[in-house]
Amino acid sequence: MNALFAADPLFNGDGLWGSIFVVVLLKVVIAFVVLLVSVMLYIWGMRKWIADMQNRTGPANAGPFGILQTLADGIKLFFKEQSIPSSADKPIFRLAPYLSILPAFLMFCVIPVGGKINVLGHETYLQVVDLPIGAMFILGCSGIAVYGVMLAGWSSGSKYPLLGSVRASAQMLSYEAAFGLGILSVLMRAGTMSTREIVNQQSWTNTDGILQNLSNFYVVPAALGFVIFIIAAIAETNHPPFDFVEAEQELVGGFVTEYSGIRFAIFFLAEFMNIITMSAVAVTLFLGGPNGPMFMPARFGQSGWVNGTVVPILWFVGKVLLLTFGTVWLRASVPRLRYDQLMAFGWKWLIELAVLWVLVTAGILVLGDRGWNPAAAGVLSFGIAGAAYGLLYLCMPKSGETVEEFR
Amino acid sequence: MEAIVFFIFSGLVLSGALGVVLFRHPVYSALSLVAAMISVAVLFLQQDADLVAIVQIVVYASAITVLFLFVIMLLGVDKREERDTSFKSARIVAVLLGILMLVGLGTIAGRELSAGTAPQTHPLTAPATDGVAPADEGNVEALAKVLFTDYIWAVEAVSVMLVIAVVGSVVLARRSRSGVARSSGEALA
Repeated sequence: MNALFAADPLFNGDGLWGSIFVVVLLKVVIAFVVLLVSVMLYIWGMRKWIADMQNRTGPANAGPFGILQTLADGIKLFFKEQSIPSSADKPIFRLAPYLSILPAFLMFCVIPVGGKINVLGHETYLQVVDLPIGAMFILGCSGIAVYGVMLAGWSSGSKYPLLGSVRASAQMLSYEAAFGLGILSVLMRAGTMSTREIVNQQSWTNTDGILQNLSNFYVVPAALGFVIFIIAAIAETNHPPFDFVEAEQELVGGFVTEYSGIRFAIFFLAEFMNIITMSAVAVTLFLGGPNGPMFMPARFGQSGWVNGTVVPILWFVGKVLLLTFGTVWLRASVPRLRYDQLMAFGWKWLIELAVLWVLVTAGILVLGDRGWNPAAAGVLSFGIAGAAYGLLYLCMPKSGETVEEFR
Repeated sequence: MEAIVFFIFSGLVLSGALGVVLFRHPVYSALSLVAAMISVAVLFLQQDADLVAIVQIVVYASAITVLFLFVIMLLGVDKREERDTSFKSARIVAVLLGILMLVGLGTIAGRELSAGTAPQTHPLTAPATDGVAPADEGNVEALAKVLFTDYIWAVEAVSVMLVIAVVGSVVLARRSRSGVARSSGEALA
C-alpha cells in the first residue's frame, strides 16, 4: 500500500506511526474544518451577491454584514425536531445525508492547495494526499455522490422525492461521461493522473512573459475541454440551471421534501461543499492550481515563507473564489432548463463534443510528437473528426422522420 | 498492519456478498453489493493495484450499481419480493455453476498454496525484458503499457464486444410501436 502514498515526502521515511500519524491527522482535520468554514462563507457570500444583483440588502443583522447568518441558520437547524415519515425506510433515510456529504469531502482530499511546508519536523505537501490515481479518484467520488441523493429520495417513501431522485440519478449518470471526458482531455496532455503532477506541469516562471505562462495553464490548450468540464460539473453538482433534483415548481422540494432539521442541513452542506470542491477541481486541472506570479520582491527568496507558502495559497483561494462567484452569478441569472432539454443536451451534444475533443487532442499530441505544427495538426484532426461526425449525422434519422422497424 | 487490513476488508467483502444474497429487499441487496465492491477495491489497493482499485469503484461501485438501483426504483420492484419458485431448472443450473466456480477457485488456491513461494511471473511484477525495472514507473503506466502493447488485441476485442452489446440493446429497446423515433429525453422523463 506504500506505493499509493509515495509521492508525498511525508511518507519517505519510516512507516505511518508517531509524529507522521499526527501530521496526517492534522491535515485531515484542518482540511475538513477549512472546507466547512468556506461553505459557511460561500453561503453568506452567495446570499449577499445575489441580493446585490437583485437590488436587495441580503442578510444584514447577524454579525458584521450578516456574516454569521449561516451559523445562526445552522444552529437553528441543529436544534430543530427531525421527523421521519412513517412510510420511510428508516435505516436508509438516516444514512442518506452522510452518504451525500462523504464524497464531497473526499474529493477535496486530492486537491493541492499550496506548496510544501514543514510540520513537526516533517516536510509535507499542502494537500491531504497526493494519489497517483488522483484524477480517477475525483471521478470515483463524483460517481459515489449519486447514492446520497438517490437513496434519500427513495427512502422517503413518497412520490415527489422519488421522482426527484430518479431525475437526479439519470442526470448525474448522463453527465458523468462528459465529465470524465473533460478530465481526460487534461490527462492526455499531462500524461499523469496525480493532481500534484498536473499542477506542477502548469507552473509559472517569472522569467517568461505573462502570455507564455498563461498558455501553460491547461485552460488554453484544452479550452473546449474546460467548457465541457464546467458544464458537466454544474450538472453533476445539481447547480442551477440544472437543479432539477429540487425543482420546486414541479417536485415540491425534490429529494429533500421529507427531510428536516440537521439532516436537511447536511444535504445542503453537501451541495455547497460540492460546488466549492468542483471549483477547486477545475482550478487544479485547468487553471494551474496554486501557480501564479509572485508579487513579492525577490529578496524574500523564491522558496521563502511568503513566496513559497502564502502566495500559492492566495492564488489557489483567489481562483476558487473566482469560479464560485461564477456559480453564484449563474444561479442569479440563468433560469432552469426543461428536463428533456437537459437530457437531449447531455446525450446528443455534450458527450459527442467531448469525444470529438478527446480525438482531436489525441491527433494534436500524436502529430506533435512527429514534429508537426500544432495549429496544422489541430486543423487536420478537427477536419477528419468533423468529417466523420458529418457522415454519422447523415446516417441518423432526422427528428420527426419515421424509421423502419428493426426486424 | 497488512494482515489486519486484509482480514477486516475480506470480512466486509464476504458479509457484503452474503447481504446481496440474503436480504429480501432488492435495495438493501444493491447496497450490500456496493459495500462488497468498495471493500474489494481496498483489497486491490493493498496489492498496489491502484488503477484496478479505482476502476472497481468508478465502474462497479458507482456506475453499474447505480443503474441497478435506478432500475429497481423506476420499475417499482422495491417491495419485499415473494420468492418465485417457478424457475426450478434455473436453480439447478445456478447450483451447478456455483459448484463449478468453487472447484475452479479451489484449484487455483490449492495450486498457489502448494507452490509456496514460487517466483512470480505476473507481467506487472516480473522484471521487464528490456532492462527497465517496472518499479521505476507507476502502476498506471505499467498497466497501460502492458494493456496497449502485449494485450492490444484482447482490449480491442473487448471494446468491440461492448459496442456490440450497446448497439444491440439500443436496437432492442427502440422498437417503438408507432414507428416514430422517440427522443431519449422523452423516454427518461
